[in-house]
Amino acid sequence: MEEAPDIQTELENKFGTGLLSPQGTRDDISTFWVPKDRILETLRYLKRDIPGPFAMLYDLTAIDERLRNHRDGQPESDFSVVYHLLSFDRNQDVRLKVALKGDRPRLPSSVSVWPAANWYEREVYDMFGVTFDGHPNLRRILMPPTWKGHPLRKEHPARATEMGIFQLTEEKAVAEEAAARFRPEEWGMKPAVGDVDYMFLNMGPQHPSTHGVLRIMLALDGEQIVDAALDIGYHHRGAEKMAERQSWHTFIPYTDRIDYLGGVMNNLPYVLAVEKLAGIRAPDKAKVIRVMMAEFFRIASHLVFYGTFGQDLGALSPVFFTFNDRERVFDVVEAVTGGRMHPMWFRIGGVAQDLPNGWERLVKEFVDYFPPRLAEYDKLLMQSPILKARAKGVGSYTREDAVEWGVTGPGLRACGFEWDFRKKRPYSGYEQFQFDIPVGQNGDCYDRAVVRVEEMRQSLRIIEQCLKNMPEGPYMADHPLATPPLKKRTMHDIETLITHFLGVSWGPVIPPGEASYGIEATKGNNGYYLISDGNTGAYRARIRTPSFAHLQMIPYIGRGLLVPDLVALLGSIDYVLADVDR
Amino acid sequence: MCEAARSILVVVGVLAGAIAIAAGLIWVERRLLALWQDRLGPNRVGPFGLLQVMADMIKIMTKEDWVPPFADRAVFVLAPAIIVVTALLSFAIIPFAPGIGVVDLNVGLLFFLAMSSLGVYSVAFAGWASGNKYSLLGGLRAAAQMLSYEVFMGLSLMGVVILAGSFNLRTIVEAQEDMWFCIPQFLGLVIFVIAGVAETHRLPFDLPEAETELVAGYHTEYSGMKFGMFFVGEYIGVTLISALVVTLFFGGWNGPVLPPIVWFLLKTSLFICLFILLRATFPRPRFDQLLGFGWKVMLPVSLANLLVTGAVTLARG
Repeated sequence: MEEAPDIQTELENKFGTGLLSPQGTRDDISTFWVPKDRILETLRYLKRDIPGPFAMLYDLTAIDERLRNHRDGQPESDFSVVYHLLSFDRNQDVRLKVALKGDRPRLPSSVSVWPAANWYEREVYDMFGVTFDGHPNLRRILMPPTWKGHPLRKEHPARATEMGIFQLTEEKAVAEEAAARFRPEEWGMKPAVGDVDYMFLNMGPQHPSTHGVLRIMLALDGEQIVDAALDIGYHHRGAEKMAERQSWHTFIPYTDRIDYLGGVMNNLPYVLAVEKLAGIRAPDKAKVIRVMMAEFFRIASHLVFYGTFGQDLGALSPVFFTFNDRERVFDVVEAVTGGRMHPMWFRIGGVAQDLPNGWERLVKEFVDYFPPRLAEYDKLLMQSPILKARAKGVGSYTREDAVEWGVTGPGLRACGFEWDFRKKRPYSGYEQFQFDIPVGQNGDCYDRAVVRVEEMRQSLRIIEQCLKNMPEGPYMADHPLATPPLKKRTMHDIETLITHFLGVSWGPVIPPGEASYGIEATKGNNGYYLISDGNTGAYRARIRTPSFAHLQMIPYIGRGLLVPDLVALLGSIDYVLADVDR
Repeated sequence: MCEAARSILVVVGVLAGAIAIAAGLIWVERRLLALWQDRLGPNRVGPFGLLQVMADMIKIMTKEDWVPPFADRAVFVLAPAIIVVTALLSFAIIPFAPGIGVVDLNVGLLFFLAMSSLGVYSVAFAGWASGNKYSLLGGLRAAAQMLSYEVFMGLSLMGVVILAGSFNLRTIVEAQEDMWFCIPQFLGLVIFVIAGVAETHRLPFDLPEAETELVAGYHTEYSGMKFGMFFVGEYIGVTLISALVVTLFFGGWNGPVLPPIVWFLLKTSLFICLFILLRATFPRPRFDQLLGFGWKVMLPVSLANLLVTGAVTLARG
């Protein structure tokens, strides 16, 4: 990160010393504990008044601290709520923590500062039972409304076998159905205004264009959307809870399934965060391989977007073409990793294997094959007057809106904001690659598509550079915590053998600490905030996904659109429900 | 006696032919779409997958005939019948070849327009009677779309009527012996084809059943053979519009060497393929754009076409 003003001094100048208590973390993000009654004014100051404001609420989450052993120097706390803010002007992050005591703690809501805090606070309430006073609609978000308990609390069981046998009795089924019923007043919607009666349309969770199990409840005047409410959580699988019971190494396959179109792209922020905690530096070859495979998956994911976006707008054929091309990407992925959609191939300290013999030819073939196809799709889709009429000027938002709601990735760049984490905060050696950041101008559905199409071309450029400049050397770091550990010396001395045995059976013991790492994933910024308590697994793993933030914005942009526009909007956002619900 | 037997034979032949072609089209469309989409399509049942249609038919016939409890039963059952009946009735006026045709109506073209207007009831009833919000939206869209496109579909044909001096399709075909009407009536042709696509609500004008928006629009709640009727009705519609395009603009059965009926069928098949190609190519416009295009572009153009055709015909005396 570039030289930034010292945030601590600035905050102390404003609020006086003694308010903040800084905490050291393994990443470079300044972290402060703020008293509960001062948090809102601190947030407000950081968002609005400080020079180079922290305009984006990057993440808001909580930690159940009750069983944590290594909390050296941190204020006493049962539950800590964490605000992660991002400043584009400074290219700097700041993390604020609030210590809360008691079993059912309360905290003032920050929705008045950031509208985007709405869903995040609901999630913290749902997962930890922390109540946010003044929240407009504090209800469960990921778990069903009938759920007992708060899953991410340490006392909540993680395995189904700990919970007794599940039976869906008649009464239970009826009660669940009743709980899922849409009641407009609960979402602040009115059934009628004046002499206009609205029609409420339940779109999803099973609908051809919600791209998965998403439920949108629409209040319609004719076909015009008056208001919308989103119900998510149908794809919730408790990835964050699973991280707490898996070892550092065995959690990697779960990350693949977060953004299930992103493949190894999902592994990257996780292994980077773990490497930061453990102090591992991946060797150059591993970095370049990671970049190459991640870019292949960016192409694969954008191809799915391209085809389904066309389909959402009624074009039947593109989806077949783009899925065909995606197969070619998978041919390469398959040869390199052995897997296709979920190769779970990155490792703590490197990658699983060296590249296979003859990989250059496969990659070269794809690099030659793909550009003419893209040119053809331009004619078929992007230049089609009907598609332009459907997508231009539809579902647009400004750069300010995007920052306010936590939009990252192509959705942000479509508003004309040249912000790509690969360029602004290079990781895994991206600073050594030449590529452009495509931007749009109007932030509408069409520009979002334009940005993604151009990104595929840029990804291809990066892959070509990987092909030409693949370094020699090891593909795994020579570090005791790299997993699976290198085996070459295990048969020579007993110490190495023991370390290897423990590293393989228990998995590595990562030193206590906290680190987060966000990367430019296929849909936007995907970040992992990991807390190690000096154990073989994460004490807490927070997964910050781009789609969560993007979906929250839909009611805001969707008002006034027609139903077909909403479909175009959903397609252009390019979310993955597993990425939303985790 | 012989004359009566012959008419019955023709009637049965046309009916069977239209239904057989419509059913066969399901296979043709799936294979052609597959070809254009880099796929194989149905190729397993029988030679070239030809028997796929039979398999589909058996499946659809043996399916449970289910009417949702919340539907308006009588109307729900009636709706799919209407579309098939009106489309099939329209075939009555098509002259397939000299001497082959069901009736020789002197208001043939008007009869076709009347039947296609009646077809609107089918989708409107289906959308209304299903008791489903998606169906309702689909039914509303269908009604608005078909009513609007009906207007200039009719107007676009008036140029042909002026040139031929008759509403009788047989006379119109005979009037094209020297020059097909697609040349003097090029605008009329374009408008009629566009309106025809809209009438049969196929892509890009498939808004009433827009899958990605309205699930399946007006036939969301239909299954089994009732759905099959809508499905076949659509293909009968496609065949009908193609046959009309050939009759009105491409000289009907006229053509050298080959027998007239072969010419007619060849030309019709060509236009059916065009319909399928359209489906493989275009995205779908939005509802208001579709109606706006209709009233703001198609209507003035078809009126201008009518005016110019009338003026030229008058000037020539």
